[in-house]
Amino acid sequence: MRQTEICIIGGGPAGLTAALKAAALGAEVTLVDRNDYLGGQLIKQTHRFFGSKEQRASERGISIAKELADAVESNKKINVLKKATALGYYKDGVLLVEQDEKIIKIKPKKLIVATGGAEKTLLFPNNDLPGIYGAGAVQTLVNVFGVKPGNKVLMVGAGNIGVIVSYQLLQAGVEVAAIIEAAPQIGSYWVHASKVVRAGVPIYTRHTIKRAWGDTEVEGATIVELDDNWQPIEGSEKDLDVDVICLSVGLSPLTELLWQAGCQMKYVPELGGHVPLRNENLETTVPGIYTAGDAAGIEEASAAMMEGALAGINAAHSLGYDAPDLNKQKEKILMELTGLRSGPVGEKIRRGLAKVTC
Amino acid sequence: MLAQTGVPTPEDLAEVMPSEDRLARGPVAMAECFQNIPCDPCYHSCKRQAIKPFNDINERPQIDHEKCNGCGLCLTRCPGLAIFVIDQTYSENKALVKIPYEFLPLPVEGDIVDAVNRAGETVGEAKVVKVQSGDKMDGTNVIWLEVPKNLSMEVRHFRQKGVR
Ligand SMILES: Cc1cc2nc3c(=O)[nH]c(=O)nc-3n(C[C@H](O)[C@H](O)[C@H](O)COP(=O)(O)OP(=O)(O)OC[C@H]3O[C@@H](n4cnc5c(N)ncnc54)[C@H](O)[C@@H]3O)c2cc1C
Ligand code: SF4
Ligand code: SF4
Repeated sequence: MRQTEICIIGGGPAGLTAALKAAALGAEVTLVDRNDYLGGQLIKQTHRFFGSKEQRASERGISIAKELADAVESNKKINVLKKATALGYYKDGVLLVEQDEKIIKIKPKKLIVATGGAEKTLLFPNNDLPGIYGAGAVQTLVNVFGVKPGNKVLMVGAGNIGVIVSYQLLQAGVEVAAIIEAAPQIGSYWVHASKVVRAGVPIYTRHTIKRAWGDTEVEGATIVELDDNWQPIEGSEKDLDVDVICLSVGLSPLTELLWQAGCQMKYVPELGGHVPLRNENLETTVPGIYTAGDAAGIEEASAAMMEGALAGINAAHSLGYDAPDLNKQKEKILMELTGLRSGPVGEKIRRGLAKVTC
Repeated sequence: MLAQTGVPTPEDLAEVMPSEDRLARGPVAMAECFQNIPCDPCYHSCKRQAIKPFNDINERPQIDHEKCNGCGLCLTRCPGLAIFVIDQTYSENKALVKIPYEFLPLPVEGDIVDAVNRAGETVGEAKVVKVQSGDKMDGTNVIWLEVPKNLSMEVRHFRQKGVR
């Protein structure tokens, strides 16, 4: 059995920042990630980020990932376990981790769950044909492995992820036939949308996919227009000649470990699905278990980093670690977080958080 | 409408366009950023304080066109690729449009390219007069296009002939 002061599950922006903050206060940290690299979603994000200067806006996601990962790996207080999957958390406070086909038992004094999110999918005839991917998966193929998913793509969903991945497909030389969106409005930041539209990709709002075509792989798709009640308008079907269909219909928090630990959970659509109740310190209803980032509610990387910082500071502080400016640090992060979420695009997040923060 | 199509309307554009008088006095930037989003690198990148300070990170950028000299620094820092520089004093019947560009291959100076509008439609031809790139720009290149003057408020992208 390994003992550790703070165990963090997930090496994305939330987990990495949590580790750095906790270690900076003096805590001894074990960070577990199932990938053979650190950085989580960030390592495939080749676009410049939005947000404030403090949160590294205008830097590319990959550069932020590298910076955080380097700092974590060179920090003597942080023990990193890569290619290590957290499998279960038990009532006696023991975490089971699988690495190299071996089971490691870890008994942390505090646990931070920063496992991120998983892509949602859509129901339609033939949605199991090869050539139908999640947008995040396509982003990994193209930006991490340099593999083209096909030649001509239909993107389903015009949120930030759908639009950004479309842009990155264009950059990789893949044609994007159209982006369709069931809602009456484009969900992504409009500047992103304008960027792909001027590069020749039409966006059709109030449209959904009716079915995919093909025997052994995708050979086409039928899309259809929706009325005010989101019902298909008969006769409005259009066939698109595509060999890839990319689904970008949202993420849901990865919360299995939190469920297993007995944290009180709540279904909050604004945050992407079931999320743990938490207090202002990001501690769940099980004392000593904290959460941060997309696992706590689907948002974005700047928020994930700030939440990670808070969770790291609070977990370390609860173990007795302190700093003269600890309260100032926390206040600053909370203020930035509030600022980030204060605008109209943060409205949904604010509504969601109001339901789970106690 | 912008929220349905991704293409700003003439009314949207009128709101952020430099005045005729200012355009007649040389290069100037135009920020085509129409939504309150949590983003402010444009403000931090301008060395001339031509972009008004943001009270709240969700504010939209406001360029003081009198202070702006069209240097183009902000173009490469804007994650939305939403800022363009227009120089209507370039020559008697041509204007210069500076466009942030993140596709490869880069065009070559002297190339004639298809000039593309905000909706992705080809509206004429343009000549590439300068390609600004390099490590410091971290992948966001700036392409200077010579376009017919009447298209300087239309052209916001281009397609290289023979490159898809
Ligand atoms: C296409 C796209 C574009 C985006 N653009 C932006 C943007 O411009 N600006 C922005 O701020 N945000 C953006 N985001 C969002 C941002 O990437 C995420 O919100 C952010 O990465 C969430 O961070 P996280 O640390 O919570 O989770 P993640 O980055 O998802 O990291 C979670 C980590 O946990 C690991 N993990 C999960 N379960 C286990 C387990 N059981 N055992 C071990 N390890 C586990 C995973 O391997 C992963 O490394 C974008 C996302 C996408 C997909
Ligand atoms: S073009 Fe130069 S002067 Fe004008 S707003 Fe941008 S950075 Fe400032
Ligand atoms: S940097 Fe670009 S996207 Fe961000 S606020 Fe400024 S103009 Fe808008």
